[in-house]
Amino acid sequence: MGATAAALTISGITVEMAAAAVAATVHCSLTINGDLHDLDLEPRVTLLDLLRERLYLTGTKKGCDHGQCGACTVLINGTRVNSCLALAVTQDGNQITTIEGLAANGNLHPMQAAFIERDGFQCGFCTSGQICSAVAMLDEWKRGMPSAVTTHGAAADFSDAEIRERMAGNICRCGAYPNIVAAVRDVHQGSGAQ
Amino acid sequence: MIPFTYVRPKDTADAVALGTREPASRFLGGGTNLVDLMKMGVEHPAHLIDVTRLPLAAIERTADGIRIGAMTRNTEVAAHPLVVGRYPLLSHALLSGASPQIRNMATTSGNLLQRTRCFYFYDPSYKECNKRVPGSGCAALNGYNRIHAILGASERCIATYPGDMAVALTALDARVIVQGAQPERTIPINTFYRLPGETPHIENDLKAGELITALEIPQPPANSRSQYIKVRDRNSFAFALVSVAAIVAFGENNRIAEARIALGGVAHKPWRVPAAEQALHGREANEDTFRETADAIVRGAKSYRYNGFKVELARRTIVRALLAASETN
Repeated sequence: MGATAAALTISGITVEMAAAAVAATVHCSLTINGDLHDLDLEPRVTLLDLLRERLYLTGTKKGCDHGQCGACTVLINGTRVNSCLALAVTQDGNQITTIEGLAANGNLHPMQAAFIERDGFQCGFCTSGQICSAVAMLDEWKRGMPSAVTTHGAAADFSDAEIRERMAGNICRCGAYPNIVAAVRDVHQGSGAQ
Repeated sequence: MIPFTYVRPKDTADAVALGTREPASRFLGGGTNLVDLMKMGVEHPAHLIDVTRLPLAAIERTADGIRIGAMTRNTEVAAHPLVVGRYPLLSHALLSGASPQIRNMATTSGNLLQRTRCFYFYDPSYKECNKRVPGSGCAALNGYNRIHAILGASERCIATYPGDMAVALTALDARVIVQGAQPERTIPINTFYRLPGETPHIENDLKAGELITALEIPQPPANSRSQYIKVRDRNSFAFALVSVAAIVAFGENNRIAEARIALGGVAHKPWRVPAAEQALHGREANEDTFRETADAIVRGAKSYRYNGFKVELARRTIVRALLAASETN
């Protein structure tokens, strides 16, 4: 535990008041790629920094660190988020999946294989985020999530415009978009989702 | 980020007690704006009160419409059958905003309270910002003010409210439900947000420690259709230069019975001009009529060095949105 200067109790709950320069740590349990981690965390640590700097899961990339590029995309309980904007302490009890957790039994996830097959990257920095995002995106599609492109209630077509809109949270500065769209489409068709 | 403490209150009363007791605290929702502002050094709360696990995440029917819990995520609201079916305007506005990742994180109340994207507010290396440091001046006034306000601004601040959801909610006459030390109160969304005036650092009607618990949205007018049009620099994942939420209801002989038009990206709050809306009653829906409406809405607009284009852009977007809402009738 970090240094604690004082405690404040209101309605039965206790708040640890930090000394000016040192914040109290908070105990959290996170399951990351199937492994349970018990951690004492400073509240200001983002999920992204926890993954990279403390757990050495450096597959998740820090691009802009402001939620604008998507390179840090991970799955929380199966939902895609920007890990740079999520404070790690807020994830207590959650299941986190990173790019390192997608392969199973030594086999690449179909989305990883499709990105290789379609050459869906150049420098590779956005790729972990693109792949995590695309995996969750196909799941959202199967569950009938609307988008700004899909007309409500219409039997939507899995068009390139649809893929691009749904992947808009992931920027590729190399401009590998055509091949990323192709990779996502391959997995969609291969998975038989309609 | 400077250090802060973190607490997860067990219920709404605890959250309000903590927020009231600690003026240097902030309620934390999805964090998509607050955490970013803390990284930038714009926000520096001593205490974060995480309200995301409070039992405020239901979407339910009410006697006159729906109630959306403050902790529902943007994605969930946009996809909810009650919203898609009865309030497509709200769903569309939500889906026009941010990215899927951010919508998965962002809460309804956090979205309402998102702060301006004025470059000079967001970057503390600029000393002048009356919103960050009251009395320090406004760097945008003579700066690169392309994204700034054309309506309702003051010499103290020309920032815009950046969101989409609140623009639709303003057209829908939504109400914001807040809980504080006093009993629950209801604030019409149009009076919830403030114009900058002399105090641009005060952006809304919330009192210290008050927590938004829900939104209530009445039924849209009978026989009405709606349209949300957002114009921005790229086709997705960008803030509005101008957005328009239009609702048009038709009565006898296909004449307009009621119209509501809310604009985003042009003012410190979602902008409505009731007189321009009322002037549409009994009129036919056509381009000439809607041009008059658009002229009436932007009358009195004041532009700055780089945002003069917004006046005509707003005019055209209003006409487009009203025509589109009428065509679907």
